[in-house]
Parts: sequence; structure tokens; C-alpha cells
Amino acid sequence: MLWACILLPQLALDGVLRRHATPDEPLVLVDGPVQRRVLRAVNAAAKAQGLRAGLPLATAQAICARFATVEHDPLETTRWHDFLAAWAYRYGAQVSRQMPASLLIEVEASFRLFGPWPRMEALLREDLVALGFRHRIALAPNPWAARALAGVHDGLAITHDAPLKQALGQLPVERAGLPPEAADSLRRMGLRRLAQVYALPRAALGRRVGADTLDQLDRLTGTLATPLTCYQPPDHFESRIEFNYEVGATGQLLFPLRRMTGDLAAYLAGRDGGVQRFVLRLEHERGAATEVPVGLLAPERDGGMLFELARGRLDVVQLAAPVRALQLIARELPPFVPAGRDLFDVRPQQAVPWEQLRERLRARLGDEAVHGLSVHADHRPERAWRDHGQSAPAPPQPRPGWLLPQPIPLRERELRILAGPERVESGWWDGDVRRDYYVVETAAGQRAWAYCPVGEREGFMLHGWFA
Amino acid sequence: MSNVVALDHLFDARRLWRGQPQARPPSRQPTGFPRLDATLPSGGWPEAALSEVLLPLDGIGELTLLWPTLARLTQADGRVALIAPPYLPFPAAWANAGVRLDRLQVVRAEARDVPWATEQCLRSAACAAVLCWPQHADDRTLRRLQLAAETGQCLGIAMRPASAAAHASPAALRLVMETRPARLRVLKCRGGNPPAQPLPWPLPTGTSEAPPDSPATAVPDRA
Repeated sequence: MLWACILLPQLALDGVLRRHATPDEPLVLVDGPVQRRVLRAVNAAAKAQGLRAGLPLATAQAICARFATVEHDPLETTRWHDFLAAWAYRYGAQVSRQMPASLLIEVEASFRLFGPWPRMEALLREDLVALGFRHRIALAPNPWAARALAGVHDGLAITHDAPLKQALGQLPVERAGLPPEAADSLRRMGLRRLAQVYALPRAALGRRVGADTLDQLDRLTGTLATPLTCYQPPDHFESRIEFNYEVGATGQLLFPLRRMTGDLAAYLAGRDGGVQRFVLRLEHERGAATEVPVGLLAPERDGGMLFELARGRLDVVQLAAPVRALQLIARELPPFVPAGRDLFDVRPQQAVPWEQLRERLRARLGDEAVHGLSVHADHRPERAWRDHGQSAPAPPQPRPGWLLPQPIPLRERELRILAGPERVESGWWDGDVRRDYYVVETAAGQRAWAYCPVGEREGFMLHGWFA
Repeated sequence: MSNVVALDHLFDARRLWRGQPQARPPSRQPTGFPRLDATLPSGGWPEAALSEVLLPLDGIGELTLLWPTLARLTQADGRVALIAPPYLPFPAAWANAGVRLDRLQVVRAEARDVPWATEQCLRSAACAAVLCWPQHADDRTLRRLQLAAETGQCLGIAMRPASAAAHASPAALRLVMETRPARLRVLKCRGGNPPAQPLPWPLPTGTSEAPPDSPATAVPDRA
């Protein structure tokens, strides 16, 4: 087995930056009690101003006049960790997020699908850059070694035990994931590199540094196998963005919405699923949240399409109050079946498949706006059609091409009867109908389908046009 | 004394051309009425363009005019979208006319959304034909629809009131249906002069694979 470790050195900061409209301006994460705020992480622009992690906030404000501060939220960081685990799940069946700020993926089993490691590494990096997370990647035959090597190297790939020993030997003692006090005492003994530690007699070393340290040293070389808890993807998707200002127009929600639908698409691709219904919750300062349901006729997972549909629904929403937070909740995640497409299909530019077009029309015109037609076996014309389902065989009698939704009185004197009567008599069980239908021609030359009560020849009701 | 110029040079320089029309390839969008096809310079509906049918009243044969085309397109597995039809299309009659109902989609839209929905459908290339009933379409709207039909390589047909005949339109083909007497007049057709005489309505249907009296063969060879 080969394990890839993706180390996320700035997980908390990246999680905040990726939803900021201006990530190039100085921004810091602050932490600690109110009296003594400390910078937890700083972005590149803030670093250029001279700020660094660990600085008290008061000192930072003395160094740099203008920078944005965001409260560090450990829960939020955990959420991003989960999100990335869900993303990594598409690259390997065994994904672990057990170690803080890193992901471990068993990749050897996936080489046949994604190609050899260099190609797969490129894919991983491409995705992470698109998602907006800084990362370091290392490959090793066991997860513990991969984690330790990722702490020092970026892009190192070791597939065999001999080079692994050599690489581990070069590792500084304090970066090997040993218990801190053990690493400290080893360093004071004058042992700088792991090679020096491995050269010591094992029993004597064990007495000095304890069994935990020996176990970790064995895990690194792969002689001690310790199972990792593997990640299980959840059955629903939730994402929430809180604004530190009030959003008064739906247009300003589009940027966070694009991120959210992109995340949803990444999550769905990892699950190999689609989404058929999701809800956008617009939370206000007070009062109930506005819920905007987005429904599709068939499961989809294309990020651009989900964004466009959600945008169509959001455009028509009238905001009653400013929005403080936006939440996307998707609970029904049915399997996704991609539409078959012809390999040599020559299609004009801007072409979209029918399913996508239908969703676009429904998003703007309403859920019921697009429907099909089918014949329903019933004598009464108003019940002889359905807007869905399989068609029954059409009756052979002449029927008009246009049917009026409601019959209206036909107020014309000079009617010429062309055909009829055809008696329609049915439905004593649900609304009795007894009518004589005629094909009549009006003075203007229109051919109408009209009925009158049984046995009479006046009081025509217009019910359709033979067009 | 003027120079004697070989005719071939003039032909090559496109300064002179023969009046006798070349035999045209049959249109890929025949209307299903051989006599109408023979009248139109494209031999049928103009492909990938917007056509207009202008109607003084409802129920005077507008569907009879369209059904052969829709039947041909749906039976070839093409999808047909009806945008905001004025009444409910009665499925039995459409099925009896040969239209495959499972390829038919009805889009209900309010008057202001009709041009938008039509443009989306035309542009998408997901439909073989798009029929729309815009209530008030100005010149700019129609131009957009015409461009969308070109982009999406789609047959677009707009059904409009006969009062629109007085205004110019960017549509490639404009047909007017008249009653008393029932006639079909070609108001405008791209690529040729509209015929002076209106066609009597109803027209006989038939396959127009080889029009019996297309102008290419009907014009006597005077050479």
C-alpha cells in the first residue's frame, strides 16, 4: 500500500480566505481571550506588512494600520477538514482525517484509474489549487511516514522501504511526530537526526524515552501496523457562510453562492452522486430565515449548472430584511446517471442539453411551466389529456387541435354546421357530462368545435378550434 | 469601337451571371405541402432561421399548416417546443396528425417571458423546432430570435397577429393566412421574390421529396 499525505499548513486561514472577495488584502485570524488577543495566522499580504502568527493583536495594530481580522473558529476548521476529506474520497477508498491538518489517502489501489503517481499528484494539486487550499504532498509506504515526510518535504514520493529508511534517517528528531518530551530529551542527548536514534540499541532507548516513542519509531518504518480510522462520507451536504456585514440585495449573494455550489459539486463528484433538491437558507438578523428551495427534475452534479439554477431562483426572491448568513442544505442525494452523448455529435456553440434547458426554464418560469402531453382514455374532452405519462391510443373521431381550457358561449348568429352531432355522455361517477358536439363554421371562416345540450340546436358552447 | 470581351471572363469576374436558375438541392425542411415548397426559394422552411405565420383569427388552419413539419421532425426523434400556445394543444388531434407526443414539450410562460423562453430554446440546439406565440414582439425581439435560431441551427416559427403584416420583420419567411376566401399568401421570402398570387387553402399534402413542378424544371429552357 502507498499512502499519500496532504498536509494543509494553513487550513484555518484558507477556509476563511476562499470566501473573501478580496483575499489579497491583509487579513489575520485572531484567537485567545478578549483582553489578550493573539494573531493565530496571517495571510501573505499581512506577512508582507510585517505581521506574523503569535503576535499580540495590540502589537500588530501598532505595526500595521489596516488589516481585516477574523475570529478563529475551531469548528469551522473542522468543517473544512471534513469537506476536504469528502473531496479526497474520490481519489481513494481509504481516507483518514485522524491526524490534525492533514489528510491521508491510500492511493496505490487508485493508480489503475487515475494513472501513475506523478499524474495523480498533479490532479490532486490542481484540485486543491482550484479549491483554494495551500498544501504539501508526500508519498510513502505507510501513513505515519507519509505524514512525517510531508512535514519537511513537498512532492517527495517514496515507494520502497530502502529509500524510506534513508529519507527517515535525514528527518530532524523534532519533526518525526514523537511525543514532545521524548523529542526534547533526545535532542538534549545530542541526537539531531532520526538515523542517529535508529542506530541506538533498542532496549536501552526504550528505557530512556518510553514505549510510546518506540511505537512511533516503529510505525514510521512500517514494522508496527496501527490501523487508522477511515473517513465515512456523510449522507447530506451542508455549507454555511456568515457575513460580517448586511447583504441587502440578492446580487451580492452570487459570489458566495458560486463557491457553495462549487463545493457541493466537488462533494457530489466524490460520492459519485447527484442532487435533486436543495435549499438555500437566507438568515436574517431577526425573524425567520427565508428558504429558497431549488428543485430539479433529474439528479445533476455539474457545478456551473447548479449555480445557474440556484441563481435563477434567487433572482426572483424579494428580500424582506438584510441577509446575515447564507446556508446551502442538500439532504436528498440520489445516484447520478450521466446522460449519454454521441462521440461524434457536432453541436453548435452555446448548445445545452434538453435536461439543462428544461431546468433553466423551470427555474425562471416556475416548476409547472414545462410539461409534456399525452392522450388519456376518457370521453370527456377536458379529461382526455394529461401533462405527463404514456399516451393512450388516440380516438379516431375528429378532434380539434386547440382545446379551450373552459368552454365559453359561442355568440354568433350565422353558424354553419359541418358535422355532428357526436354525443359525449360519460362520467356519472365524477361530474356528469351529456353533450352533443358539432363542427361548425363561423361567419369569419373559423372552424369551431362546439356543443349544446342534448337534443337542442342552440346555446352553443365553444370548446375548441379546428386549426 | 468597344473591345470584344470573352463572356467567360465576365462570368469569372461575377460581373455577369446567367438568368436561368440552377437546379436546387431539395430543402431539408419541406413544409409537407408540395405546392408551397415549389413557391418558396428555399424549397421549404428556411433552415436555421425564424419564420412568421400571421393569423387574422384562431382556428383557420394554422395547425394544419404546421402539423406535417412537426410530424416529420418528431418522427425523426427531434424535440419540438411550444412556447405559450394560446390554447391547450389537444393531444388526440396532434397524435392523429402524426406528431409524436412524447417529443412535444409545452412551455407555459407569461407574455413578458415568452421572448426569453423562445430565445433559450432556439439557442440551446436541444430542439428541432420551436413554435412561439409572442403577444407583442417588436423588431429587436424578432431580430434576437432570428439570431438565436441561426446560432442554435433550429427551425423557429413565430405565430403573430395579421396586424403585424404592416410592419417590417427580420424573419426569413413570412406567411399570411387569410379567410374569406381562405388563402395563403407569402409576404416575404429570403432569397427570392414572393409570388404575386396567393395559394388557395387548404393545400393538398404529400411528400415533397421531388416537387412535381419545381421552378427548376417548370421554367422552359430558352437557351
